[in-house]
Amino acid sequence: MYFNFTESPVPDRDFRVPSGCGVVGIMHQRRRLFSGETIIKSIALMRERGNGLGGGFAAYGIYPELKEYYAFHMLYDGTLEKKEAEDFLRERFEIVEDEAIPTRRVKEVKERHLLWRYFLLPKEEALIPFESEEDLVVDTVMHINAHIKGAFVMSSGKNMGIFKGVGYPEDIGNFYRLDEYKGYIWLAHNRFPTNSVGWWGGAHPFGLLDWAVVHNGEISSYGTNRRFLESFGYRCTLYTDTEVVAYLVDLFVRRFGYSPRTTAKIFSAPLWQEIERMPSEEKQVYTALRTVYGGALLNGPFAIIVANSEMMMGLNDRVKLRPLVAASMGDFLYIASEESAIRTVCPQPERVWSPKAGEPVIGELVREPEVQKIY
Amino acid sequence: MVRVNASGLHYRELNAIVRELLDNGEKEIELHDVCGQRYIGAGLSVKDAVIRIYGTPGNDLGAFMNGGKIEVFANSQDGIGNTANDGIIVVHGDSGDIIGHSMRGGRIYVRGNAGYRVGIHMKSYGDSVPVLVIGGFVRDFLGEYMAGGLLIVLGLEKDEEGNVVGNFVGTGMHGGTLYIRGEVEDYQLGKEVKAEEASPEDLVKIRPYIDEFCSFFGAEPDEILSERFLKLEPYTHRPYGKLYAY
Repeated sequence: MYFNFTESPVPDRDFRVPSGCGVVGIMHQRRRLFSGETIIKSIALMRERGNGLGGGFAAYGIYPELKEYYAFHMLYDGTLEKKEAEDFLRERFEIVEDEAIPTRRVKEVKERHLLWRYFLLPKEEALIPFESEEDLVVDTVMHINAHIKGAFVMSSGKNMGIFKGVGYPEDIGNFYRLDEYKGYIWLAHNRFPTNSVGWWGGAHPFGLLDWAVVHNGEISSYGTNRRFLESFGYRCTLYTDTEVVAYLVDLFVRRFGYSPRTTAKIFSAPLWQEIERMPSEEKQVYTALRTVYGGALLNGPFAIIVANSEMMMGLNDRVKLRPLVAASMGDFLYIASEESAIRTVCPQPERVWSPKAGEPVIGELVREPEVQKIY
Repeated sequence: MVRVNASGLHYRELNAIVRELLDNGEKEIELHDVCGQRYIGAGLSVKDAVIRIYGTPGNDLGAFMNGGKIEVFANSQDGIGNTANDGIIVVHGDSGDIIGHSMRGGRIYVRGNAGYRVGIHMKSYGDSVPVLVIGGFVRDFLGEYMAGGLLIVLGLEKDEEGNVVGNFVGTGMHGGTLYIRGEVEDYQLGKEVKAEEASPEDLVKIRPYIDEFCSFFGAEPDEILSERFLKLEPYTHRPYGKLYAY
């Protein structure tokens, strides 16, 4: 465990911080790449929403030259753990490239981990019959996080990565040199841990394959969701409720093939009394979804932003117990805990709105029409 | 009049500047390039002072306000007028969730729409009666646990389904009055409130606030009052009185 609460004053023990987490997501729907500076500026505006016990970012489109390989961002306690994890990775993958994740010295971030990234190609012989490459990656992540003590997979998707740690997000962003990366989707999180510990692996975003999730609030249904996920082979090991959201989107969107919108309606299902008032066909659908997937219903106060390489989605709990604002400007979609966090990077959006409780805001990539080449 | 450029200032710095200006007797303060600074005008007690805000102020604008006026020429975020005692807040755009939270006096006028839990736990105390007027629509839980005061929704703009209020209106309400201009279905009401058509006397009672709303935003009071208003009041002022044995 990573309690380093010795030298500096500890928020909520030594002083009070009246706050809640902050989240931001910014997407360019035509894959235009932009630097991490934008989202750092946005999340830093909501500094008051966190307390320095967790900050993190997800970035999509950052490894274009290695985009066919699974990019693993790893957090190690030390070299022994690194060796153990690498030995395990080599059984299943060819390590095409690997290096330390570049960082810079930032006095606010007291780094005590070894941060490493790998670009991996699954070995033919490691693939499980009738299962996909993605299933192998999921199984690998689950194994490392559950069984290799002191090794932790931060992210495991293609052409994306998660950068996180204990500190304020602007300091974490600076530490990981995110101003030097360019992506077309960025998520950011400013953490105020409530009922789980503030450690590096517990910072947001949480990721699996190319999924990333940031979350403000509390998933009170964690126990139910965890049991539901266990029956599909997911293991929750990170001491944090948000973890279940990452695995649930993977299960529903990637494995079951539901649309992001239907998935949102399973997580933030309409209340029974609303279903009662629906036209008969709709009523049947929602009754079936709630009945079959009751174990995936997310209860409690939350505002989450979920992304993968193709889309970004913001979602609230059904009775709107956490803030979420959206805005659009040309091909940019912004989702944040506060309107001011959007306006600090986009002063005059074309549209600003507060999504209804349980109604997802979904940004999808605009498919460019195939250009016919004439020689 | 003093202009302050709030760009890049932390809320503590900005609010310290505002307090110092007020302490020095300044009555008119304009804050430009505001973006997300919290607690602006918190505890404002100078009766004839005006703070004008350009840009989006942060949460809890005018919290614990005790007099004076705050005018926002943009949208406001969550929790404006939190536990205010007196004074006026005018928002020329939309407003967020839990506005007027536990207000005990003063008035809030929002030109556009507002979010969830508008007027949650408003209460009146002695001669103080808080008043909250929303020009457009509001979301769910309007007047939740409301204990006193006046909450008026004009419905000049309607939501995606054509409603002026969301569901669970007046849930837990046990005091005060809600006036809603437009239709409300039975299922939208919380269990604790009854709805009836507002009487001509009721309209006389709310007229001064409609006039004041129109003086800020330029609408026509007679036109607003020509449509039907619903009046919502709680069935009982002691909903839990029977729950406990003595």
